[in-house]
Amino acid sequence: MWGVALLLAMILLANPLLADGAWAATAYVTNERDNSLSVVDLDQMKTVRTVPVGQRPRGIAITADGREILICASDDDTIQIVDTATLKVVGTLPSGPDPETFALHAAANRLFVSNENDSKVTVIDVAKRRVLAEIPTGVEPEGLAVSPDGKTIVNTSEVTNMAHFFEVASHRMIASVLVDPRPRIAAFRHDGGEVWVSSELGGRVSVIDPVTHAVTHRIGFDVQGLRAETIQPVGIRFTRNDATAFIALGPANRVAVVDTKTYQVSKYLLVGQRVWQLAFTPDEKYLLTTNGLSNDISVIDVPALKVVRSIPVGRLPWGVVVAP
Amino acid sequence: MKRPKPAARNGIGRRLVITGLAVAALPVRPARAEAIIRVGYIRWAERRPTISLLDRPAPDDGLAGARLGLADNNTTGAFLGQSFELADVPVRQNDDLPGVLARLAADGTRLVLTDLPAEGVLQLADAAPGHAVTLFNIAAPDDALRGENCRAEVIHVAPARSMLADALAQYLVWKKWSRWVLAVGSHAEDARLAEAYRRAARRFGARIVKEITYEDTGGSRQTDSGVVQTQQQMPVFTQGLPEYDVLVAADENEVFAGYLPYRTWDARPVAGSAGLRPVSWDPGSESWGGTQLQDRFVRMFHRPMTGLDMQAWTAVRMIGEAASRGGADPAALPRTLRAPEFGVAAYKGQKLTLRDWDGQLRQPILLSDGRGVVSISPQPGFLHQVTELDTLGVDRPESRCRFK
Repeated sequence: MWGVALLLAMILLANPLLADGAWAATAYVTNERDNSLSVVDLDQMKTVRTVPVGQRPRGIAITADGREILICASDDDTIQIVDTATLKVVGTLPSGPDPETFALHAAANRLFVSNENDSKVTVIDVAKRRVLAEIPTGVEPEGLAVSPDGKTIVNTSEVTNMAHFFEVASHRMIASVLVDPRPRIAAFRHDGGEVWVSSELGGRVSVIDPVTHAVTHRIGFDVQGLRAETIQPVGIRFTRNDATAFIALGPANRVAVVDTKTYQVSKYLLVGQRVWQLAFTPDEKYLLTTNGLSNDISVIDVPALKVVRSIPVGRLPWGVVVAP
Repeated sequence: MKRPKPAARNGIGRRLVITGLAVAALPVRPARAEAIIRVGYIRWAERRPTISLLDRPAPDDGLAGARLGLADNNTTGAFLGQSFELADVPVRQNDDLPGVLARLAADGTRLVLTDLPAEGVLQLADAAPGHAVTLFNIAAPDDALRGENCRAEVIHVAPARSMLADALAQYLVWKKWSRWVLAVGSHAEDARLAEAYRRAARRFGARIVKEITYEDTGGSRQTDSGVVQTQQQMPVFTQGLPEYDVLVAADENEVFAGYLPYRTWDARPVAGSAGLRPVSWDPGSESWGGTQLQDRFVRMFHRPMTGLDMQAWTAVRMIGEAASRGGADPAALPRTLRAPEFGVAAYKGQKLTLRDWDGQLRQPILLSDGRGVVSISPQPGFLHQVTELDTLGVDRPESRCRFK
């Protein structure tokens, strides 16, 4: 009995997230320059743990059950698996060289990884931890997105300036769509009707019809008092009902709120410096932003469209996920 | 926010067996006919000695950048049915440059990079219209090529001396190191560079408190005269100066500037041709995805990427970008390049665009200490009504360029 209590006490001490006895909403942030993962408790609105991970951690994903986090340790040429209960690296996946970011195809249990230096996308069987295929793509592949029906993935290439569409079943490239310079992130609407691709140096978001592979709209941004060249869209997130899109504008230090019907920006939210990636909490009450230069994340109250908090994390925060 | 029970686990933890899918896909090549875009590279094979052995140019300095740009273009081109070829033509003093251009043109090459001094660029520019060739000046920094001697057939990818001088001046003024001593070499290029520094000082509020000249008498290099000699010469060269903040050296032929740091009479920083140098690229630059380019370059060529490599890479990428946006037709391609909306991404944090009044590529300038990037100009606070990049170099109203 005493032993059990001691064990329980040790668990509580080891994991402050458990200390209040409730499962808190937890966010995980990769810190590219610190080789670490920040664990942020969203009830306390603070960083509660900083965990060492591999070198140059960038892309991050969490499994649907919230038990494991995948991290691109770019300079270690691997993807690390972190157990969210122990916050320890429990395994690696053979990612190919310099993995920057990836998309997890949950249904097929496959991971699509962009190998930035090699102009290819590596397909990994997550369960078997082995490479299924290496697909040639454009120069400096970056963003990856899986279509909601699981049949298509989209990969952006930063130097080639295209969004490449691949068929998941065959790994075949089915289309390449030219977009504005330095495309970063591709995001499907939840209904699968559109893919939005942000072009960092083009300063616009291209809206692509995933059936005809045509660019149907281009969304521009205009922030009063800012030069056009400082507006560099990167991260894109849609609300679950697809009514609103949030777009991170990099060194403009703003997140644009876009009406997906009219493609008009309704509001610019001032966040931390050089904002790149975004993640919703599961209840969509909050949207988190990683701010690379101010070393923090901003917390946006989604219904109120207000920035309510900034939370310090490690240096050069890159990506963020929230436990489901 | 409750965690699901272990029974509901899926994703990573589940040992899902996938069969029949472990087939590596082959690259998809479009079936359509390939358009071939030929790029020429006229390469100055004359090399001058450098002060540091570390600065000795590699045999493929510049050319390697073009080759990487070509590889990048060809990866992109594979999706568009375009392929790019590079013809490397080394030339020496007294070679027949117009003849070289004629031969390239006869092979169907309409886009030519010139890694040449200004006189060579001018010779080719005068021959270019006859062959419908567009030149990309990747090496000559001369303002005259963008001013009184400008030609419509030339696109200047290399930054002009005035841009380099302005970039350094903005930083020195921001640093409040505004009292300069200008140390000028005795070659014609040094005089032109010194003029760029005088102009920069006037524009941005620095003051040249004294100019000193270093005569190139030949034989003054460390190998000839030894470390002891240099140690004596440089303090003497810089003694008796009025109060100053920074010594700005204009020495394009590497005669003396490299010997100045740590050897000046007064303890002052050195900038310009040594010390803090304005450059188009530094192999330590990692901003804006620069690490990726550095990695690709080192993996291909096993050496750091120089400014000349970057200028060549940028020129080839401009050609690739124009071909992917506006088609491979060599007659249409220069028009695409010059269109106001055209821009190329070159790891400088913003699109690089062309100045329509003189054909110069707008670009931020890095300030390098030889180990990494100290700062990047334009500096904050130097404002411009169109783009801050136009605070570097000769702006539209001042330009002496009149295309015929």
